[in-house]
Amino acid sequence: MKLDWGWVNDNLPMISRLTAEHVLLALLPAVVGLIVAVPLGYLIFRIRGAGRVVLALVGAIAAIPLVSVLVVMPLIINRPLFDPLSIGASLAILSTMIMIFHVITGLSSVPGSVNRSALALGYGRVRRLFTVELPLATGPILGGLRSVVASNIALVTVAVLVGSGSLGRLFTLGLRESSVTPIMVGLVLIIVLAVVADLIIRLIQRGVTPWVKVRPGER
Amino acid sequence: MIFDYLRDPAHWQGDDGISSLLATHLGYTMGALLVAAVLGIPLGLLIGRTRAGWRIAQVLNDVARPIPALVLLVIAVLLFAASILPVIAALALIALPGVVAATARGVSGVNKPAVTAARALGMSGFAMLRSIVAPLAMPSMVFGLRRAAVQIAAAAALAAVAGAGGLGRLIVAGNAARSYSEMFAGAILIAALALLLYAVLGLLGYSARRRSRQSGSGEMRGIGSLHVG
Repeated sequence: MKLDWGWVNDNLPMISRLTAEHVLLALLPAVVGLIVAVPLGYLIFRIRGAGRVVLALVGAIAAIPLVSVLVVMPLIINRPLFDPLSIGASLAILSTMIMIFHVITGLSSVPGSVNRSALALGYGRVRRLFTVELPLATGPILGGLRSVVASNIALVTVAVLVGSGSLGRLFTLGLRESSVTPIMVGLVLIIVLAVVADLIIRLIQRGVTPWVKVRPGER
Repeated sequence: MIFDYLRDPAHWQGDDGISSLLATHLGYTMGALLVAAVLGIPLGLLIGRTRAGWRIAQVLNDVARPIPALVLLVIAVLLFAASILPVIAALALIALPGVVAATARGVSGVNKPAVTAARALGMSGFAMLRSIVAPLAMPSMVFGLRRAAVQIAAAAALAAVAGAGGLGRLIVAGNAARSYSEMFAGAILIAALALLLYAVLGLLGYSARRRSRQSGSGEMRGIGSLHVG
């Protein structure tokens, strides 16, 4: 197995374009998911009883394969199949569903005693949410974001099924030309992307929740 | 109309018909799920006994997360052939880290006094595994298999990109022929299969949870990792 560096050199513009597409399509939907999931998750967390039913629905939506969402999404938002907006929206929906679970896990991890102490100190519901519950839930929520970003980096490649870009292209190209070079380039870029993204979110996590120690294997 | 392709009986027959693609897809999914379970569950039971082993399983699962199913399928097909065994091996490999990690998490969560009590009563290693550890770890194990099933059913759609058939074929061919109703047929069938497996294994998980008398808290903690297909 030998890498063809000439091919890499000749195709640098295409490789960088696909990489940029991949980064945007993996990251933006995850961020959208985070922003939408915090209020939705809080709502489901608050209504407890009925929340379980909603949560079951959220879990089922999360289990729909991305391929299926990719094909149906253009019908809903009236865009072409391979449109980046349609792919982004598909990933954003799935990311939101997963983030809702992480938000609820985070909110449930706040000890009842802490909440009751805040209540005894006269904290209202809103003040308690913003100064007690959300700060304490930030660790698990950002940990969840890390895993959603990692999953998205893998999932974006599924878009090759509807004929769209992303680094998944390099794998189909390698298959068509029976060449390992594009496959290895794609795989290495994906691993680098995943490591860098994970590191950045860890740094943010350290910045906003300096009291939490994150060890490998935990989130 | 978008249901036209699905409704036309002619499209269900023949080598490239929906029935045959569905059978291939099911074969890939069930085969890979079986391999992942047969390899992953014993491995998880083994390494979940120590804290370090459990950690390693979690880290491996995290490391494997961004690796696309597509690359494993492409490599398997290039190295071997676009036939059933390489595809099943690649699909099983995709789900394996999750199955091992979920099983190990289940084992690591087993109530320690229960194990100590069983040992004090003179239970042998295998009897303990069979009647204490396995039932208590069962909900987490089934959860891992549920995640694996959904993941594999979705990833099997990518086999078509590598020319190995399955329901993804309808999407690839439909896209090439600009036939949206063919793509829609593929999308609906893949989703139906994944959701069917999700529901069946969900029921299995419910009964396992009732039997182990550990109420539903594990469900919520683990489900975040369902983001896989």
